[in-house]
Amino acid sequence: MTPEALLGGFIDAPVQSAHAFRAGLEALARPGTLHSLTGATPPAPMSVAAGVLILTLCDGTTPVHLAGHHDSDAIRDWVTFHVGAPLVTAEKAMFAIGTWAAMQPVGRFAIGQPDYPDRSATLIVEMPTLAPSGPHLSGPRLSGPGIKGEARLALPETAAFVRNRALFPLGFDCFFTAGSLVAGLPRSTNVEAN
Amino acid sequence: MTAPLPALAAVDSVAQPDHGRDERAGFHPEQPDVQHDRSREDHAKDQPVEKVVMALHAAHPEKGSMTDYNFAYLDEQTKRMIRRAILKGIAIPGYQVPFASREMPMPYGWGTGGVQVTAACLTPDDTLKVIDQGADDTTNAVSIRKFFQRTAGVAVTEATTEATIIQTRHRIPETALTKGQILVYQVPIPEPLRFLEPRETETRKMHELEEYGLMHVKLYEDIARHGTIATSYDYPVKVEGRYVMDPSPIPKFDNPKLSDNPAIQLFGAGREQRIYALPPHTHVVSLDFDDHPFVASKAAHDCDLCAAQDSYLDEVITDDQGSRMFVCSDTDFCRSRREAGHLGRLGTPLSEVEQ
Ligand SMILES: [Zn+2]
Repeated sequence: MTPEALLGGFIDAPVQSAHAFRAGLEALARPGTLHSLTGATPPAPMSVAAGVLILTLCDGTTPVHLAGHHDSDAIRDWVTFHVGAPLVTAEKAMFAIGTWAAMQPVGRFAIGQPDYPDRSATLIVEMPTLAPSGPHLSGPRLSGPGIKGEARLALPETAAFVRNRALFPLGFDCFFTAGSLVAGLPRSTNVEAN
Repeated sequence: MTAPLPALAAVDSVAQPDHGRDERAGFHPEQPDVQHDRSREDHAKDQPVEKVVMALHAAHPEKGSMTDYNFAYLDEQTKRMIRRAILKGIAIPGYQVPFASREMPMPYGWGTGGVQVTAACLTPDDTLKVIDQGADDTTNAVSIRKFFQRTAGVAVTEATTEATIIQTRHRIPETALTKGQILVYQVPIPEPLRFLEPRETETRKMHELEEYGLMHVKLYEDIARHGTIATSYDYPVKVEGRYVMDPSPIPKFDNPKLSDNPAIQLFGAGREQRIYALPPHTHVVSLDFDDHPFVASKAAHDCDLCAAQDSYLDEVITDDQGSRMFVCSDTDFCRSRREAGHLGRLGTPLSEVEQ
């Protein structure tokens, strides 16, 4: 384990994780809204927001999958030291962290069981930027629980989220992270391309 | 199609059928009356607040300030577990997520489920309001408020508009909630189908298959017997066209406030170990029939203190001759109206009271 693995955790875990949970809760409860997550400095390429989510939600009882470039020695050590989560394959993960491309195919992740739809994976998807829409990204329309009327959020694609919604009440749930920003996309959200 | 997760041992254990549950709940098929449950819960209130506070001191004799407890009482691993359950509840509105409920330094009837959800949500920046049947000043509400002042150092309020988190037993505030607020319900019986089917494995199957016909039959039997749907508390709702959900024993007058509410609504059942949720602006419909539509009824009176025509009223016996008055169950709402100059049949202007 590298000395760097010991750094970058919460200084005041009870209070920092309380603030982080509230931001994550607001993000998932109001799909399309952006919230700030700060207080962790995980090794690159993991974002601050993804690191904060891991510190807040993961522990020895939550198998974690590190996808693609996030499956580095530095990040493995950091996750192991700070939360003690078992590192597992995509199929066994309760949480997964990586870029959308690295998470493919997303059909590998747990979507819950018909009688226990909560036993499903939460994907923390690292994004280059996070915005309702941008110069190259015109976010798809979001509607459903948590959204008054409609919202917009630039997503890495549309089809996968349309398929995921069709599985409801099964499905995976997503946090999108970039820098210290987070947005949520629960399985209940209807996603429509422009 | 489905890829099951390796379930947590703790969560798995609470998902097992519990054949003693229906007995403990005091909820029997032939007596599907929430009043039973309410009276059972009220037994817990026999224990005075001083006793609970003393129990806290006894556990930590030399202590007393918030710094002696972990923030918001619960340990970090427990809060993480509850937080994960809350997020899955938000993702699947109306679905009951199992969680491993912890012992709290208060009896179950005091709302330990709500207390654990509140503990998992609180930050030091929050302003907490606690109500019991609409009132901020009952033993139960005062005790929970003190508990979080002590363990989380949060600000408290009785004003609905100032609160960021409101923990409630059996009411939704009259004052409209706003974006950014969280309403935490204390839930005694989270399973709306429990009085039809005592076995957890069976009710879980019924939710899976959306087998809600029996619930409609029960409501229709009400109509056959009473000419109307007699259920006045705990009135079942359907969430986003999918899960039938128990709104906790709120009066059905409050049911319309569940739907399209700008606040996050979280439900915690401690003894039954379930958490469920309604994200903001979730579509919630009270079950009814075309020929007997749902009516959010209340006593046909105005508040005798503040003259409100549209608030839920408690009937209060005022002397042993049987004189009675109707007053808002929401004490903050009623006081705010009187402060604004509204005066009911038996109300006294606040300025006179103060003099
Ligand atoms: Zn009144």
